[in-house]
Amino acid sequence: MPMLRKFKEFVIEKLILLCGIASVIFVALIFVFLLKEGLSVFKFVRIGEFLAGRSWYPISEPAQLGILPLILGSLWVTFGAAVISVPIGLGCAVYIAEIAPGRTKEVLKGGIELLAAIPSVVLGFIGMVTLVPLVKNVFHLSTGLTGLSGSIILAFMAMPTIVSIAEDALYAVPKSYKEGAFALGATHWQTIWRVLLPAASSGIVAAVMLGIGRVIGETMAVMMITGNSAVIPRGLLEPLRTLTATIAAEMGEAVVGSEHYFALFAIGIILFIISFAINVTADLFLHKHK
Amino acid sequence: MAGILVALLMLILGTNDALAGSKISALQIKGSDTMVNLGQAWAERYMEEHPDAFIAVTGGGSGTGMASLISGTCDIAMSSRNIKQKEIDQANAKGRSPVEVKVALDGIAVVVHPKNAVGKLTLDQLADIFSGRIANWKQVGGADAKIVILSREVNSGTHVYFKEHVLRKNDPGLKTEFAPNALMLSSSQAIADEVAGNPSAIGYYGMGYISPRQKVIAVAKDEKSEYIEPTIDNVVKNLYPISRPLYFYFNNECQGLAKEFIDFALSPEGQAIVKETDFVPIK
Repeated sequence: MPMLRKFKEFVIEKLILLCGIASVIFVALIFVFLLKEGLSVFKFVRIGEFLAGRSWYPISEPAQLGILPLILGSLWVTFGAAVISVPIGLGCAVYIAEIAPGRTKEVLKGGIELLAAIPSVVLGFIGMVTLVPLVKNVFHLSTGLTGLSGSIILAFMAMPTIVSIAEDALYAVPKSYKEGAFALGATHWQTIWRVLLPAASSGIVAAVMLGIGRVIGETMAVMMITGNSAVIPRGLLEPLRTLTATIAAEMGEAVVGSEHYFALFAIGIILFIISFAINVTADLFLHKHK
Repeated sequence: MAGILVALLMLILGTNDALAGSKISALQIKGSDTMVNLGQAWAERYMEEHPDAFIAVTGGGSGTGMASLISGTCDIAMSSRNIKQKEIDQANAKGRSPVEVKVALDGIAVVVHPKNAVGKLTLDQLADIFSGRIANWKQVGGADAKIVILSREVNSGTHVYFKEHVLRKNDPGLKTEFAPNALMLSSSQAIADEVAGNPSAIGYYGMGYISPRQKVIAVAKDEKSEYIEPTIDNVVKNLYPISRPLYFYFNNECQGLAKEFIDFALSPEGQAIVKETDFVPIK
C-alpha cells in the first residue's frame, strides 16, 4: 500500500508541475512561432522601411508595408486612454481605499468588477451607437470615427485594472504611516497626498502600466470605432488605425505565405515586444520594495 | 513525463481522426462574407430536399475560403474575386487544381446620405473621389463640404473589386490606391449605418444592402454615357458598370455531394434563390 500511495503522490506532483510550467511553455512556443512567421517579411522589405514606412497598402502589387502610421495610431489611442483613465482610476482607487464608508465601498467595488466583465465588442458597439455621433457633434468633425472615440472606450477598459491594483497598493501601506501622519497633525487629504500615495507609488506605477498594457492589446472595440484609416495621425480628432485592428481586419484575407501574411505576423512580434516590455516594467515596480 | 505527453497527444489526434471519419456525407463550404447568406440559403433548401446530406457554410472572407480549399479543410470555396496566381501555385504544390464556377452576379452600389444633392457620378469621378483627388462635394456639384470616404477593409472581396475596377479602371498598369484617409469599416452594415448618419459620407456595398436610409448614386461609364442605377435588370443586361461575378471554387477530384450541390445552385431553382437573397442570377 505505501508503494501505491507514493506512486499516486508522484503522479499528482508531476501533473501539477506540468500545469505549472504549461503557461511558460505556451508563451515560448507562441513567441517561436511568431518569430518564425514574422521574420520572413524581411525577405521582402528592409526592417527600416517596415518600421518607418508611411504607406500601408498590403494587397497592392508591389505591396507597400510601412507600419509607422499603425504604430503611431496605437500610441496615440493608448496615450489618450491613459490621459483619461489614469486620473479617474487613481481618484477612484483613493476614494475606495481611504474615504468611502463600508457600504459604498462594496457597491463601488462591485461596479468596477462589472465594468471589467463587459465584453469589449459590447463596449465597441455601444461606442459606435452613442459615442461616435456625440464626438462628431461636439467637435464639429466630418466623422466621429476618431482616435478620441477609441481612447474614451479604451479608458473604460483600463479603469478596472488600474483601480483594483492601485487600491491593493494603497491597502498595503503600513497603518503606522497613516497614524504617524495624523499624529503630526496632518489633515486626511495631506496624509493621502503626502504620505499614502508616495508610499504606494511603486504599486500605482504598476497599476498604470498594466492598465496601459490592457489598452494597447485591445482589438475589437478600437476596430469598430477608430475609423481604421492608415494615415499618420496628427491628433486624436482624426481617424486612425491601430496595430491590433490591422491584424484582426486583414488576417482573414491574407494569402498564406504572402508578404502580407508575414507582415501581419511581424506586427504581432512588435505587439508582443511592447506588451512584454510593459509587463516587465510593471513587474519591476511591483517587486521594488520586496 | 514525456510518455504522458505523447499519450495525451495521441489521444487528441486519435479523436480528431475519428471525427473526420464520420464526416463523409458532409460538405464544408467556406469563404466570402458577401456570399454567406446566399450559400446558407442554398444549403438550407438543398438539405430540405435531401435530408441525408449535411452542408456547413461559414464566412471569413474570400481569402480564408481559398486558404481552406488549398489546405483541404473545405470542399467548396466561395469567392467574390478571381483566384490569384499565388493561390493556384500553392494548390498545385499540394497536388490540387482549383476549378472555377460562376454562380451569381452582384452589383456594387455607391451610396450617399439622402440629403446629399449629388445623385449621379461618372466612373472617373468615383475614382477621383475614392483616391482623394476630389476632396470636396462642391467639385462634383454638391454642397461645400469635405468628402468622407468609406471603404471596406482589405479582407473584403468588395474592396479588391472596387479598387481594381473603379479606382484602376481595369488597367493593371495603374497604381491608384484608396486615399490614405479613407475610413476602413469592417462590414457592409457599418458602411450603411455611417452613410445614413453622415451627410458628407460616400461608401459602397453589395446591392443587397440598399435601403431608403441611403441614396443610391446612378453611375455612368463616362460623361457621354447614360447614368444607370444598380437594379437587378440593369446588372443582368450588363448596363450597370460596377457589377461582378461571384464564384465557387472546388478541387478537381471533388465529386458526389459537392458536384450535386453546385448543379443545384446553377439550376433554375437555385438561381431563383439568388434573386431572393438580393443577388443577380447569371441566366
